[in-house]
Amino acid sequence: MKSKFIPLILIFIFLITFVIFFKGLKNSNIYTPSTKLKKEVPSFELKSFENNSIIISEKIFEDNKYYLMNIWASWCVPCKEEHKFLMKLKKDERIELIGFNYKDNFKKASSFLKDLGNPYHIIVSDKDGTASIEWGAYGVPESFLVHQNKIIKRFIGPINNKDLLEIEKIIR
Amino acid sequence: MKFIPIFLIISIILNFNLLKADEIKTENKIAKNLRCLICQGQSVYDSDSEFAISLKLVIKNKIQQGLSEEQIYSFLKMKYGEWILYDPVFNRNTYFLWLLPILIFLAGGAIIIKRFYNKK
Repeated sequence: MKSKFIPLILIFIFLITFVIFFKGLKNSNIYTPSTKLKKEVPSFELKSFENNSIIISEKIFEDNKYYLMNIWASWCVPCKEEHKFLMKLKKDERIELIGFNYKDNFKKASSFLKDLGNPYHIIVSDKDGTASIEWGAYGVPESFLVHQNKIIKRFIGPINNKDLLEIEKIIR
Repeated sequence: MKFIPIFLIISIILNFNLLKADEIKTENKIAKNLRCLICQGQSVYDSDSEFAISLKLVIKNKIQQGLSEEQIYSFLKMKYGEWILYDPVFNRNTYFLWLLPILIFLAGGAIIIKRFYNKK
C-alpha cells in the first residue's frame, strides 16, 4: 500500500510541475511595461532649453488641458521619424506639446528643430537623464499623455499614425 | 604642537574617504540588484546604456539625499514595476516560486529518512 502511494504522489508532483513549466513556455518573455497608468505627474525643476531659466512642473501642467510630454534628442534616429506626427499634433489646439530634451547638445538640438520644425510649446532639458527616470521612462523617444496632473497613457518608442489617432480619440 | 592640527586634518580627510567608499559600495550593491530594462540579461551595474547610466546617477543622488536601500528599491518599483528588481517579492504570484524548492527539499528529506528507518 505504502509503496504504491509514494510513486503516485511523485508522479502527481511531476505532472503539476510539468504543466506549470509547459504553460510558462508559451508566455512571452519580452517585458512589456504597462502603458495605461493613472500616476501623478512627478514634480521636477529643470532648466529651460532656450535660456537657462528654471521651469517647475507645476507651472507647466496647471490647467485642465491635455499635454503630450515627449522625450526626444537630436542624436536619436527614431525621433526624426516621429517628428512629422508631432508637427501634425501641434496643429491641434486641445493639446500642448512639452519637449523633454534628453542628454543632448544644445547646438545640435537647435539645428534639429530648425530643420524639422519645432512642435513644442515648452522645452526643458534633461542633461543627465535623471528627470526622465523620475517619470519612469526607458529612453528616447517616449511620450506621456497628461491630463489633470495625471499620466493617462504612455507611448514607448516613436509615435506613429495609429498613436496619433488614439490621442485624438482620447482628447476628443 | 603643530603636529596636532595637521594630524586632525589628515584624519578627517581619511574619514571622508571612508564615507564616500561606503556610499559607492551601497550604490554598486543596489545597481547590481537591478535589472537593466532595455538590455538583455544585464544588470544596471553591468550596463553602459543611457538608461543604466542615468539610473546609476539617480541611485547616487538618492543615497546622498539620505534614502535607505529599501526606500530606493521601493521608489524604483513604483516607477518601473517589480520587474526591475532581481529578487522577486513574496506575493500571490510568487508563492509557488518560493515554496516549491522548500517543499521538494522536505519531501526528499522525508523519503530519505523513511528509507533509512525501513532498512534499520
